[in-house]
Amino acid sequence: MSEMIVSEPFSFDETSAAAIPAIIGRYPPGKQASAVMPLLDLAQRQMARLTGHAWVPRAAMDVIADRLTMPRIRVYEVATFYTMFHTKPVQKFHLQVCTTTPCWLRGSDAVMDACRHAVAAHGDVFSTEEVECLGACVNAPVLQVNDDYYEDLDGIRTEALLEAFRRGDAPPLGSTVGRQNSAPEGGRTTLFADVTKQDSGAES
Amino acid sequence: MAKVTVDGIEIEVPNGFTVLQAAEAAGKEIPRFCYHERLSIAGNCRMCLVEIEKMPKPVASCGQPVGEGMVIFTDTEKVRQARRNVMEFLLINHPLDCPICDQGGECDLQDEAMGYGRDHSRYLENKRAVTDKNFGPLVKTVMTRCIQCTRCVRFLSEVAGVPELGATSRGETMEITNYVERGLTSELSGNIIDLCPVGALTAKPYAFVARTWELRKTDSIDVFDAVGTNIRIDSRGGEVLRILPRINDAVNEEWLADKSRFALDGLKRKRLDRPWIRVAGKLQPASWDSALAALAARIASAAPSRIGAIAGNLCDAESMMALKDLMTALGSHNLDCRQDGTALDASQREFYLFNTTIEGIDEADAVLFVGVDPRREAPVLNARLRRRWVENLNFVAGMIGRKTDVTYACTHLGDDGAALRAMLDPEHEFTKKLAAAKKPMMIIGQQALARLDGAAVFAACWQIAGAADMLAADWHGFNVLHNAAARVGGLDLGFVPQEGGKDVAAMLNGGVDVLWLLGADELDMTKIPPETFVIYQGHHGDRGAARADLILPGAAYTEKPGTYVNTEGRAQLAQRAIFPPGEAREDWTIIRAASAALGKPLPYNDIEALRRRMIKVSPVFGAPDVVRRIAHADGAKPAGDVAHLTDAPFTPAFETYYQTDPISRASPTMAKCATEIPAPLQRAAE
Repeated sequence: MSEMIVSEPFSFDETSAAAIPAIIGRYPPGKQASAVMPLLDLAQRQMARLTGHAWVPRAAMDVIADRLTMPRIRVYEVATFYTMFHTKPVQKFHLQVCTTTPCWLRGSDAVMDACRHAVAAHGDVFSTEEVECLGACVNAPVLQVNDDYYEDLDGIRTEALLEAFRRGDAPPLGSTVGRQNSAPEGGRTTLFADVTKQDSGAES
Repeated sequence: MAKVTVDGIEIEVPNGFTVLQAAEAAGKEIPRFCYHERLSIAGNCRMCLVEIEKMPKPVASCGQPVGEGMVIFTDTEKVRQARRNVMEFLLINHPLDCPICDQGGECDLQDEAMGYGRDHSRYLENKRAVTDKNFGPLVKTVMTRCIQCTRCVRFLSEVAGVPELGATSRGETMEITNYVERGLTSELSGNIIDLCPVGALTAKPYAFVARTWELRKTDSIDVFDAVGTNIRIDSRGGEVLRILPRINDAVNEEWLADKSRFALDGLKRKRLDRPWIRVAGKLQPASWDSALAALAARIASAAPSRIGAIAGNLCDAESMMALKDLMTALGSHNLDCRQDGTALDASQREFYLFNTTIEGIDEADAVLFVGVDPRREAPVLNARLRRRWVENLNFVAGMIGRKTDVTYACTHLGDDGAALRAMLDPEHEFTKKLAAAKKPMMIIGQQALARLDGAAVFAACWQIAGAADMLAADWHGFNVLHNAAARVGGLDLGFVPQEGGKDVAAMLNGGVDVLWLLGADELDMTKIPPETFVIYQGHHGDRGAARADLILPGAAYTEKPGTYVNTEGRAQLAQRAIFPPGEAREDWTIIRAASAALGKPLPYNDIEALRRRMIKVSPVFGAPDVVRRIAHADGAKPAGDVAHLTDAPFTPAFETYYQTDPISRASPTMAKCATEIPAPLQRAAE
């Protein structure tokens, strides 16, 4: 906790402030504390926009707590619980590697290594952290870069992906092996017949 | 009611009881860490697992409501095995540092591990370590020991109303923290030490001081506020090492305020341990014989009407009784126990008591504070008001006085006499709320009555109370909240100016030639003219002793048996835990010895006889631990006149909660609190 950065003072800028009433309005009166997660996200995006580093300073959490009239510690709890909120500054490309069992079995160690190397070589562009399940287990291993998922990675493809980011390219989202959404690798393996032409009453 | 069977015992319990409560009702003990009967149910330690017929898995009994016909088993092999497994998980990351842990000997985890722990660990990986947190000068943290029961988090959020602790992060990295590395600001923070089932939260000033089995335990009564919190004094040899609350549901439940718990190191510092006499402007050590001879000589040469006595905030009733009898024997009518100059009327008990009683708070549905900061003047009582606010959605609170955070919703109605006068108007918004409430309360602080127009403030409050139907036969909602443990006892004994006698202000301003201060330190000593001979009887070298011409060393509350009457009029007996230091003596015996030296010996030679005399003066002392709600007596009306009410602002009773009396002013721990914990005003300005 010693390295905690407060970064005072924080205030929502015009763009963010304009969005707040609509966010709070989504929740019933008296339950405005429910807006804590959208507001943390708003603060994090504002930091990314203004400073290039997407994170939520403690000052921002205090501002949100006061705005939503909830105890500050409750905001700290939420912000530290989710890995989507960064309580310390991250770089332009924040690499979140899922290391939970399915991804780990499918080789997340190699992805992690590639990310660590990228951070070691280009710490001004990349930052990385291990996270728990990102919910894309079918396409494991998965890497989240800022808001986007890159799937079916291995060490070499990860390195290529990160190199593309560094060059300023915008690599395609999703699977890196050409998989369509979460369909089986190499195309579908079942349901070849055109189901719409079958007689629906045939089985009964 | 639901009929349940616990281990073959059939009992009926109310619907809404949990399985754990039902098991306790049947006399079965269930181990638990996170469950606490005065906090909400968390259900996260899993130690209270039991088997219930027709349920496939063991069930956490703390959170499971009973059902009709439930068959519960609390001690089957399956239950025991489940608890053993829970215990093994709890111990995975718990350090084996019991030999150097302050909780050792009174640790729930240690105790339960005797029953459910394995003899060795099967865990080979690295243990988790957690950095310690800064919870301020009172609570020491060793967070690696934490089993994350969240009792401390729940206590501060629910009971203390100062939600500063929480659980950050998740999974293995979850930590109990305040995140901001700043001390806790609750006046009840010490209670989380008692609540912690392991050694994660221990008392900082008590760190590595003693083992629980070395301590001698004495039942006593707290004197740092007028709530009369029941305490247990833990001592070893001639030293008080620790003070803990005792359970008394009618008074403090099981909580204790921080000052009461931690000011005890002040008992060892700045003590008066021998008599002193001022010779040629300088205090010189003296023997008891010469001190009493000097006292007798000086008093004998003064006219009876020029002798006065003032009793302070921490006095036991016994010493006040003895001093009053001595003054009467000397022919003096100059007595006062209201050293802060409050306009309290001692003629009727309902004029100076917390008439609703502390338990009565649980029925109230509205409260008006006048010139009082309940959070700092009576933290434990304030927690009870807060609970009432939590339980009753219609509970409204309003405050006239300095704006502070009382830990619950409270409308600030102004801070001066004008705001109080406005309340006399039945059309005032809050007056209407009070009138609409079924059981409204009014709580008046000492500072509201210590003003020059104190009697008028009192009369105005009485009028508001009457208009809001607080003075009914079945509900007395008019309350005076004292902040001195001695005050109600003094008023019950009639330690107030007798026929034609002088009050505190008159005595201070040269109204007497000999002034006997019985532990009275909260006075403006500069007002006393230099020619007045001041006898200070007390236990600390504080303001009174600095001005004194003769010092009689007395005993602190831990060092004498004594009776204290709390703000609701409940007389309670405190026992002696240790002996006073050096030549200091129990206070009533000093007065008894002085009476002999003066040739007017008091008619009691032991404390029993003195107490019989007290019962004759007021039957309150004959029924300790009992409080009878007094109904409002018809026609009782205070003497003050509302017309004299001025617009002066109400001031708080004290600026810092932590240093309010000779003991807490001598305490290094309290000094640290006063500097490190932000004062309420600073916090409000942030």
